[in-house]
Amino acid sequence: MEHAISLFFRSIFVDNMIFAFFLGMCSFLAVSKNVKTSLGLGMAVTFVLLVTVPVDYLLQTKVLSENGIFGMDLSYLSFILFIAVIAGIVQLVEMVVEKYSPSLYAALGIFLPLIAVNCAIMGASLFMQQRILLDPSETKAITSVVDALVYAFGSGIGWTIAIVAMGAIREKMQYSDVPKPLQGLGITFITVGLMAMAMMCFSGLKI
Amino acid sequence: MALLSKQNKEAFTNPLNLDHPILVQVLGICSALAVTSQLKPAIVMGLAVTVITAFSNVIISIIRNTIPNRIRIVVQLVVVAALVTIVSQVLKAYVYDVSVQLSVYVGLIITNCILMGRLEAFAMQNKPWPSFLDGVGNGIGYAMILVVVGAFREFFGRGSLLGFQIIDCKDFNNGMMTMPAMALILVGCVIWIHRAYFYKEK
Repeated sequence: MEHAISLFFRSIFVDNMIFAFFLGMCSFLAVSKNVKTSLGLGMAVTFVLLVTVPVDYLLQTKVLSENGIFGMDLSYLSFILFIAVIAGIVQLVEMVVEKYSPSLYAALGIFLPLIAVNCAIMGASLFMQQRILLDPSETKAITSVVDALVYAFGSGIGWTIAIVAMGAIREKMQYSDVPKPLQGLGITFITVGLMAMAMMCFSGLKI
Repeated sequence: MALLSKQNKEAFTNPLNLDHPILVQVLGICSALAVTSQLKPAIVMGLAVTVITAFSNVIISIIRNTIPNRIRIVVQLVVVAALVTIVSQVLKAYVYDVSVQLSVYVGLIITNCILMGRLEAFAMQNKPWPSFLDGVGNGIGYAMILVVVGAFREFFGRGSLLGFQIIDCKDFNNGMMTMPAMALILVGCVIWIHRAYFYKEK
């Protein structure tokens, strides 16, 4: 339990997908123009992470690893398998959400299909794959499906916090007098840099 | 058709400046920032992306007329994932230390938006040779930024280039430059300079 809580908070603040690893920057920069759409994309990313990371965890431990059903190390196939799982699950999630919750589907809109190529999703699966190999006593280690789920949830929340904060800053920034060549993309980068610097103060966090 | 007709030349040179994948189209930022704390991984990453973009463009361009429109994204992902797996195995075999430094970012080339963007926007409509040039051009454009940012961060962060000590001072260690935050700010400055001199609003 303690391990799960520590893993959760670390994945939000210390190993933040955006500020520490720059994962999902493309959609982060493209969509963070206002708070509302940012929140929509953040929710969609969290949702997909919650499904894909545990599934990829089971695949990695039960199929691809030496103790899996084939009895040999197939981890070189992980890239193809993970991306296929992600693309498939995104399709599936889209269909299920469309059928059972049209209001959520309308809110997420075009973001759902875009998520298949969001680096944050693939990145979370690849980091999870690395962390399986760690010593179980380390705070970063992922040793069970529950850990994988907690890690996915924390990463998703961290990503959402980052994109919503950025959306809010960019809404305010429209009124500032930025040098012309720096407008738009340039100033956004520098702002994210400053935010990342601020997030660095969490790096010693221990629970 | 001439191998280097005017159109083909443009397919190659446009992504180097006016249609630059990072500075203008804002694609593939994730990995560009993460691997640039030193020059060597930046160069290897740039090469890997150039090779993968060029060959995935060629493959998709060859089979573009046989891909059903509905499942094209999945087909593109599978082609890219196969190429990335090959490159990742080659890196592990020949430059193991660099592949450890790059860690998950080699796998993340699959979701690099430059690849998907070029496949969708160029390779699906064009013949293999122009697609190849377009892929190489975009890859080199991407590698340029990586090399500039990587060299800057390694030089000012550690006083070395490619691992060779240049500023010969015993305790030269500027931790700020090797931190992730500086990569963002440096790329922001590169975009600033590029827009100020080359990029014209339409």
